[in-house]
Formats: sequence, C-alpha cells, structure tokens
Amino acid sequence: MFESLTDRFDTVFTRLRGRGRLTEADVDEALREIRLALLQADVNLKVVRDFVARVRDALVGIDLSTSLTPGQQVVKVVHDELRQILGGETLKVTYASRPPTVILLAGLQGAGKTTTAGKLAAWFKKREGRNPLLVGADLQRPAAVEQLKVLGAQAGVPVFSEQSDPVTVAKKGLAEAIRLGRDVLIVDTAGRLSIDAELMDEVRRVSETVEPHYTFLVIDAMTGQDAVATAEAFHRTLELDGVILTKIDGDARGGAALSVKEVVGRPIVFASTGEKQDEFELFHPDRMADRILGMGDVLTLIEKAEAHVDAAGAEEAMARMQEGRFSLEDFLDQMQQVKKMGSLSGLVGMMPGLPKELRNAEIDDNALGPIEAIIRSMTPQERRDPSIINGSRRLRIAKGSGTTTTDVNALLDRFKQMQVYMRQMAGMSGLGGRVARSAVRRNNKKAAKKSKKRGR
Amino acid sequence: MLTLIIVLIVVAVVLLSTATFLVTGRRRGRRLEAPPGRPPAPPVTRPTQPPRPTEAGPRAPPQPEIAEPAVAEPAVTEPAVAEPEVAEPEAAELEVLEGEPEVLERPRFRDRLGKARNLFSGYLTSVRGREKIDATTWDELEEALILADVGVDATAKMLDDLRSRVRKEGLTTPDALVDALKGDMVSLLEGDRELHLQSGVTNVWLFVGVNGVGKTTTIGKLGQRARRDGHSVVMAAGDTFRAAAADQLAMWAERVDAEVVRGNEGGDPGAVIFDAVQHAAAKKADLVLADTAGRLHTKVNLMEELKKVRRVAGREPGHVSEVLLVIDATTGQNGLVQAKQFADAVEVTGVVLTKLDGTAKGGIALAIASELGIPIKLVGLGEGAEDLVDFDAVEFVDALIDAD
Repeated sequence: MFESLTDRFDTVFTRLRGRGRLTEADVDEALREIRLALLQADVNLKVVRDFVARVRDALVGIDLSTSLTPGQQVVKVVHDELRQILGGETLKVTYASRPPTVILLAGLQGAGKTTTAGKLAAWFKKREGRNPLLVGADLQRPAAVEQLKVLGAQAGVPVFSEQSDPVTVAKKGLAEAIRLGRDVLIVDTAGRLSIDAELMDEVRRVSETVEPHYTFLVIDAMTGQDAVATAEAFHRTLELDGVILTKIDGDARGGAALSVKEVVGRPIVFASTGEKQDEFELFHPDRMADRILGMGDVLTLIEKAEAHVDAAGAEEAMARMQEGRFSLEDFLDQMQQVKKMGSLSGLVGMMPGLPKELRNAEIDDNALGPIEAIIRSMTPQERRDPSIINGSRRLRIAKGSGTTTTDVNALLDRFKQMQVYMRQMAGMSGLGGRVARSAVRRNNKKAAKKSKKRGR
Repeated sequence: MLTLIIVLIVVAVVLLSTATFLVTGRRRGRRLEAPPGRPPAPPVTRPTQPPRPTEAGPRAPPQPEIAEPAVAEPAVTEPAVAEPEVAEPEAAELEVLEGEPEVLERPRFRDRLGKARNLFSGYLTSVRGREKIDATTWDELEEALILADVGVDATAKMLDDLRSRVRKEGLTTPDALVDALKGDMVSLLEGDRELHLQSGVTNVWLFVGVNGVGKTTTIGKLGQRARRDGHSVVMAAGDTFRAAAADQLAMWAERVDAEVVRGNEGGDPGAVIFDAVQHAAAKKADLVLADTAGRLHTKVNLMEELKKVRRVAGREPGHVSEVLLVIDATTGQNGLVQAKQFADAVEVTGVVLTKLDGTAKGGIALAIASELGIPIKLVGLGEGAEDLVDFDAVEFVDALIDAD
C-alpha cells in the first residue's frame, strides 16, 4: 500500500545522503518533496503541515553546516518523526473478566464494516480460539443482514439479528451472547455519514446499550482528505479505541492511515489485506513505519515464515544453495512453502532491500501456475540436472505443461542465472540486499531485451 | 531464521522474475476477442458450478469463452415474489420512503448539500471580500483545493493557469480571482452528460468500480428514475461474489418495480448479464442495469473478468450504451488511478460520484474529468431512491470551494 511513498522518500533520502554539505536551500527542497509526497499519498494537509514543521524544528537544533554527514541526520529526523506519527503499540486484546467482550464496528457507507465483521469473527475464532457471536445491527442497507449471515456461516460463527431497531437488536444480541455463553460479541452497524446527527445519535445509543470494550472505526485505505473529519466526528461520538483499515491490497498510498492516527491519537489495529476471509491481520504500526521508510518488514516476514515454512527443509535448501546444488526439485519444494505464506506481492512488500522494479512489479499469483506446471512436467532426473534437457525433452515438457518451448527456456535461463547469485547470497552472512538487487536488475534488463526480441 | 529468509527471498525473486516474464509473454498471445456468434454459457442455474470458494484460493481467473451445451432456464425472480424474510429489513427505510411526497422533485445540489455546508462550510470564506491578491490568497486557494481532494498536480496546474489569467486579464480582487477559478473549473468539467439509450436494441448500462463505492445502490436508485421516465427495466445481479449482493439488488428491484435476473453465488457474472439481456429482449424491456462485483483495479484477473463481462453484455441483442464508473466522493488520489485502469479495461463513458452528501468534496472527480476526459454524469446525495441527481458543474464547483 505504501510503496510509492517509500519510493518517493527513497529518492529524497538518496539525494540528501550524497551531499557533503547541506545548505538551507537543500533542506527546503527536501522538505518540499516530502510534503508533496505525503500530500499525494492523501495524508491530510494539516497533518502534513505539522509534520514538516516538526521536522524543520528538529533540524534547527542541529548544526548541519558542521556535521560530517548532514544528509544522514536529516534522514534520521524524518525517520523519527514518521515513526512518531505512525507509531503505537500493536493491539493486544484484553478479554473482559465477565464475558462477552463486546466489539462495536462503525464507519461510513461502503468502508467494509460487514465484511470486516465477518473477518474479525473468523480471526477471533481461528487465531484466538474464542467463540464469537455476530450481531447484525445494520437494518438500513438492503440485505446487509443476509450478507452477515453468509459471512458468519463461512466463519462458522452464529449471527443474531431481527427486524426491530438497531438499539434493540444490539441489546438482544448481548443477552443472546450471555445466554449462549459466547465470549466475544461483534456488533455490525449501518454505514452512516458523520454529519447525519440522527444516525450518529443512533449509533451512540447502540454503544451505550452494549457498552463495548472496543469500538473500532472502519476506514477505507483509499479515503482522501476527508478521513480526518470522519474520524474526528466518530471519535467525538463514540470514543474510538482504534481503526481498522480496509482494502489495503489496492495501490492506494494509505495516507488516511497516517492522518487518522495523528488526529485522533488512536492506532490502526487491524488491516484487511484481501477479499478472502483470512486476509485480515493485526496491524503493527512500528513495522509499517519501517516499511514506508524502505526498510522492509522483516519481523512480519519471519513470523509468517515460522508459521508456514518447514525450517529443517529451508536449512537443507540453504546448504544446497551454498554448494551450488540447489536443484529445480528444491525450488519446487520452496515454492510450495512460499505459496503457503500468502500472496507474492504481499511478501515482496515485506522484504528489505529489494529494488523498486521488483517491489512494484504487478504480480498475479496465478502466474505461478505455469512455472509449477513446467517443473512438474520434468522427470526427476531433469529436475536435478536441467542441462540434459534437449530439444525433444523441451518439447515434451512444453506439451506436458501446456506452455511453449520459449516458456520452458525462459524458466531454465532464469533458474541458471539465479543459481549463480544464490550461491553468492547464501554465502553472505547478512541479508544480501545488494546482491539480490544487482542480480535482479541484470535479470530485468535481460528480460526486457528478450521481450523486445519477441516483438513486444 | 535468517536462513529461512534468504531461501525465501531467493525463491521469491526467481518466481517473480519468471512469473513476470511468462505473464507478459503470454498476454500478448491471448486472443482478447471471443469468436463471434458463439453462444455464451447460460449457467445461471448450472448445478455443477460450485459456489465461489471464498475461503480457498483467489477468485477464478477469467475463463475462456466456453460453449455450454446445457441451456438452463434463467433464474428470473419476478419482483412480486420475494422471500418474506428478505423483504422485512426494509421496514426502517420504507418509512423514510413513504414519508416522501408522491411526485418527487429531483433535489438539487444546493438543497441537499445545505445541511453539510452549514456545518463544514467551504474553505474559502476568508479569501473573498479582501482587498488584494497576495501570497496568502494563493496559499488559501491551494489549501482549499487540496483539502477537497483535487490533488497536488491538478491543483498546481489550475493555479498556474489562473496566475497567467490574472496577468492577462488584470484581475485585482480575490473575488474576481475566485470567480475566475470557478469558471476554469466549470469548463474543465464540461462533457457529454447524457445517459445514452439507443432505440431498437436492448440497452445495457454497466456499473463498475472498486469495492464499497455504491454500485448496487446506484443501480437501485437509477432504476427508480428509469421506471419513472417510462422505461421497462431489468436489473442484472452481476455481483456474484459479495455475499447477499443479489439479495440487495433484488430488494431494490422490488422497491422500484423492475425485474431482476440473478445467478448462483459464485457463478459467472457474464452469464448472468447475458441472461438478463436475453430476458429483457424477450420481455421487450429496453434497459438492462448491470451490476458487477466491486474489484480493486490492481487485480489483474478481476479486470480481465470485467472485460469479458463487457463483451458478453454487448452481444446481440444487447448493446452497451453506458459504462458507468462509480466513485465514492471520499476517495483520495487513488481515484484517478482507478479511473485510468477501469477506462483502459472497459471504456468507461461516465462517472457516478456517490456519497457527496457527506463532508467529502469529491474533488477527485475534477481530476478525473480534466485529466481523463471522463464526464461526471450522476451524483449521489443521500440514501433515498430520489437522491441520485444529474451532475451540475456550477453547483458542484460552488460546493467544492465556496462557503455560501
């Protein structure tokens, strides 16, 4: 989501770092760029202004002219301020001593409240081992309750609703949760505009009725300048505990996330990363700051790896990489592991030190299908030693995988090139960002040439 | 742990570079046009079609056109036949509807925006009425436009043009300046605002957009309008993905006395729309309002699916006379990217700007209109069926920057 912001900051920082001395004009220029980058990312104008002012203030205290690495210092100040803005603890749900723990969702129309309610229910059930009850208090939008029922069924969570009014539904829902012994109650409400006094009053009454332990505002990541006004209004009415950011799998720059945190002082607690019910995660504000600053999100990556990847297998693969014996078979194995960890584009966003071209590459996970098909159409012997693949074998593989011989060649070429870098990379003790970077650049150039040859 | 990450990165890098190559190489070869005259699948009630697995795997990739031999009866829900359980949720809203007078004047921007404006008046109050144009004036103009989501680039361009106008025309007062700016903005918004209908064909108006912008609601409201204007309307529940989306549309259809054609949840949206066109043609209905599932413009598969839907909708006797991109007024700069992608995929003919009755000013529509030349045709100003009105550039601009 924050990729383009990352790129912009990267450019500014690179320029600053390269300077031996910084004049005031240089700093002004850098600040102007940062301001533009933030505004283009939909960060609220007022937030941007404060941010730039704070960075400037912090810089005044540093005598840049005498510093040996002035650029580095500006970068550090911006880092610190950005962390400040986005910062905050990751939500740790405290469950009520007398269940149920009540969660109220509110927001504008179309932000994704109902979908989020379903995802939240699934999260509580699957990740936290709780027994949630969903309450459909959106009696406004046609079929909203139907939608919630379908989502509840998917999550294996019961749904309560009836045709009365939202306050009554919420009240009965709470009673129902107690009766059934459900320990988490998630109340979905109708979308409403922050200036609709009547509806805002209604949601306040719902809130007073169920006395939620957590009140979350659901906000669309694509929201523009208005995010602040909306968040402030809901915060005044409901006392928010946090924000759930939806649709972050698009290419919106997510400025709303920064603005809201800054203005209402409440962190983003969850982010919805896709259309599937389990594409929903706790949000780690500090990690996101690192991600914006182009530092990757290694922590999340490691967590995912720990949860999904077979560590012993990876060790072995690594050893083989070092010895240059990493075969297509190993590759296939590791590919399966990677697939388990989620979408490729999501993973790439968390990797540190990847070049822009790769980070922003549009990756359709279905494109992995042909790769797998090609490898699976090879004999074990071919997988271990691709050099034996001659013309007729190639044709057979292409036919078997429903691809063309050009595709087979492309895969083999890539794999061969990468084997060289794999050895280098595996041999390094650190995260060999630079090597990967140059490898990929070279690769991309070759690909570009190739595609030109194909007449694209 | 480091080992894991390194292995991961290497594998991902190989995958990425190869996948990118294969995809780009492949796309070139794919035939975009379906062979003409081949009947599409009418799998509305196809029993073998599994419901779209919402939990497992991404949405199905766009399928090649497959001729299905089994011609199933399209599942047409007559408006009168609605499950009682489903009809009930309207209670709250019906009340609102009944409260309205029988013959409704379409509300104008001004009336509708009244309440919002009193609370959050435009950002330019302080500019007008001052003596002269100075640096502060320009700053405030810039601020007003950015806060209205017009965007940094579009704002800069507009203000540059304005500066040269100031020099050329010798404008001296902020009042004149603001008026000039408004004039510029109005002319940027010029375009063909008509909603086109061809006679002798079954017109299809296709609604596209990202998730949650209000496509289904817009169809409901527009259906009411079209019914009032004497059209016979069939609604096509092409959103087969979101849970209960078809129910939502069916309720609207019932409310406005239109017919609805729906398929299975998880079914092929193209087939649903094709059936709707067939049904409309058989019933001599002249307008099909076709809903589609919300999709992020970044999802390649789903955009391919949408292209296919558009092709299928245009098959005889169908004629796609409008492709309306629905955009939420709260959308920020991403709206421009959305519009570009959707326009590239399905030749968008107009924008419907929804939820303009909130505090958001919808300035992104200005950027869309000026940069991509896609006219704003309709505006959503409230939840009622009558709250969808024709776009009015002058009033839109007024509401965007002015206080009174």
